[in-house]
Amino acid sequence: MLDFIVTFINGLSLGGIYAMIALGYTMVYGIAKMLNFAHGDIIMVSGYILIVFMGITGNIPLSILISIFFAGMFGVLMEKSAYMPLRGASPLAVLITAIGVSYLLQSVAQMIFGSAPKYVVIANLGSVNLFGLSIQLYKIITLAVTIVIMVVLSLFIKFSKTGRAMIAVSEDRGASGLMGIDSNKIISITFLIGAMLASVACTLYFLLTPNINPTFGAKPGIKAFTAAVIGGIGSIPGAMIGGIFLGIIECFSNSIPVLSPYTDAIEFLILIILLLVRPTGILGKKRKEKV
Amino acid sequence: MKTPKKIKWKHFINYIVIGVFTLIFSLLSVTNSLDLLQKFLLEKIAISILLSVSLGLVVGFLGELSLGHAGFMCIGAYLGGKAASILEPILGSTLLTLTISLVIGGVSALISGLIIGLPALRLKGDYLAIVTLAFGEIVKTLFLNSSEDSFGGPTGINTPRFDNKYLFIVGFVLVLFMLFVIQNLIRSKHGRAITAIRDSEIAARATGINVVKYKLLVFALSAFFAGIAGVLYSYSNYTVQCTKFDYNYSIEILVMVVLGGMGNINGSIISALLITFLQVELASILTGNLAVLQNILYALVLILIVIYNNAPSLKGFRDKYNFKNLIKRLRKQKFDPSKEIDDEAKWDRVPTKIEMNEVLSLDIKVEESTLKPDKGDK
Repeated sequence: MLDFIVTFINGLSLGGIYAMIALGYTMVYGIAKMLNFAHGDIIMVSGYILIVFMGITGNIPLSILISIFFAGMFGVLMEKSAYMPLRGASPLAVLITAIGVSYLLQSVAQMIFGSAPKYVVIANLGSVNLFGLSIQLYKIITLAVTIVIMVVLSLFIKFSKTGRAMIAVSEDRGASGLMGIDSNKIISITFLIGAMLASVACTLYFLLTPNINPTFGAKPGIKAFTAAVIGGIGSIPGAMIGGIFLGIIECFSNSIPVLSPYTDAIEFLILIILLLVRPTGILGKKRKEKV
Repeated sequence: MKTPKKIKWKHFINYIVIGVFTLIFSLLSVTNSLDLLQKFLLEKIAISILLSVSLGLVVGFLGELSLGHAGFMCIGAYLGGKAASILEPILGSTLLTLTISLVIGGVSALISGLIIGLPALRLKGDYLAIVTLAFGEIVKTLFLNSSEDSFGGPTGINTPRFDNKYLFIVGFVLVLFMLFVIQNLIRSKHGRAITAIRDSEIAARATGINVVKYKLLVFALSAFFAGIAGVLYSYSNYTVQCTKFDYNYSIEILVMVVLGGMGNINGSIISALLITFLQVELASILTGNLAVLQNILYALVLILIVIYNNAPSLKGFRDKYNFKNLIKRLRKQKFDPSKEIDDEAKWDRVPTKIEMNEVLSLDIKVEESTLKPDKGDK
């Protein structure tokens, strides 16, 4: 029973990280109607920025803030240079470009930093005793940060002017343009928020696995993407549910010795089965096809 | 009276070019004037052509993105390679062993293509892309965790050898076979149905095209040839390891298809040849961290070509400076739309149009003459 609770908390904290990355995927999909395959690689870029600034300043909290800022700027730059020319082109073209951007980022990182993993220590956190359970502190921090960010983001989208503009653009880009909303600006803001969330997730992921290499972002990226699709891509609560669902499944599958080598396969199998039963995910809206 | 069918040389040019190419290199190989590396390069080129044309069938003609093509190849390589290593002690290292293992590898990939085609019936676009990506990862994970005596786990399996004097000839014969199957499919009414599904699935359904049948057919056929490429790979490399067939390899194949032009078989062949050749040649020049430059080049080529071909704002530029006009300008001919021959549909050269105009003009004359007295009345 104790093991069960510990695994459950592990799953929640890992799921929180996935959910935070999945939010980036789902918001971009909802508003720009494209899959940003390179989102996982923003995590990696942000990780390297963090390492570089930790080397320069030596101040960890400052470097974290700088990496969040630069990752956000990087997301906007990526959108402006690679995706903006293709607005209105076929979805296949946009998807292939996104794959190209992802491949480009990984290769450039490999050229600059080499393919050998780098060891990063952000903080050495102990563990605390909660109701007789010894839980590592970073898991509690991850969970707390995730909850705070999700509440703030939900409030931002529901009540701020920009947030409401985002909803409007995702509903109907043409009509929102007629209401005086600059959809290009809103899409850039979406990329900015998504990249910043990815950067926060990167910092939290460092607490979990303190190694970084050029394909560092690929695994959490693909997992978070799976989470976003499971939850229903384009839906913000869906990304949260999907992320936490996937995190819990991963931790439970890893805790059973027979299943642990097949964890990735199990997760993808769940994705395929779920998509066959509900093609738009748990909370996804069914879009009617029009000629 | 029936007019005899005119042979269109345009449709046969790729068979001829590849046939002559194969013949020349076969002669060189038989007379022992090719070294080991050159034969290996030829084998790799054959594999790449098989992969890029078969992926082009899904991406270019059906219009669905498949990111798991390396997964199909992986299945073919493992099952075909395993079959070959079982058969070798019985039949020896003969063409029969190779043929049987090619069939086994191809058919097992075909079956997996049918399985992955099933979700394709309900999903499309982005969702289907992620399902194929997931499929590739599942295949990789399963082979990675297989037991030592079945598929060797992370160390992989060793496959028997085939005389490398002739292996690339087998490869190019397979390429010709694939071209025969795929080009005849595309030029038949079934091919028209497949491109109709790409252009508008709803319209295709409305005209009575069996979308389910054609999607499964395309996925199965594409997987079959990927499987065959896998078997060829296992023979060419003597060993199969699943780490080779990862997501990056699928992207590499996709780059070939996009570079060649989506929906263009000859383009896929040329780009597969070019990329594989450059890859092998550059591998010896670029070492260490510079080896990544090649990947950067792939990525840039992929992004720039897709933006150039698809950006709505570049449409005017594209129409003005495309490849066809460039050739015309080199020949110093003025671009004349009336001389353009569209051999897809000959609607504008059907003579009924002229007859209709004559009829219409006659009608107007009659009306004018009947109108005149009315005007006079007023």
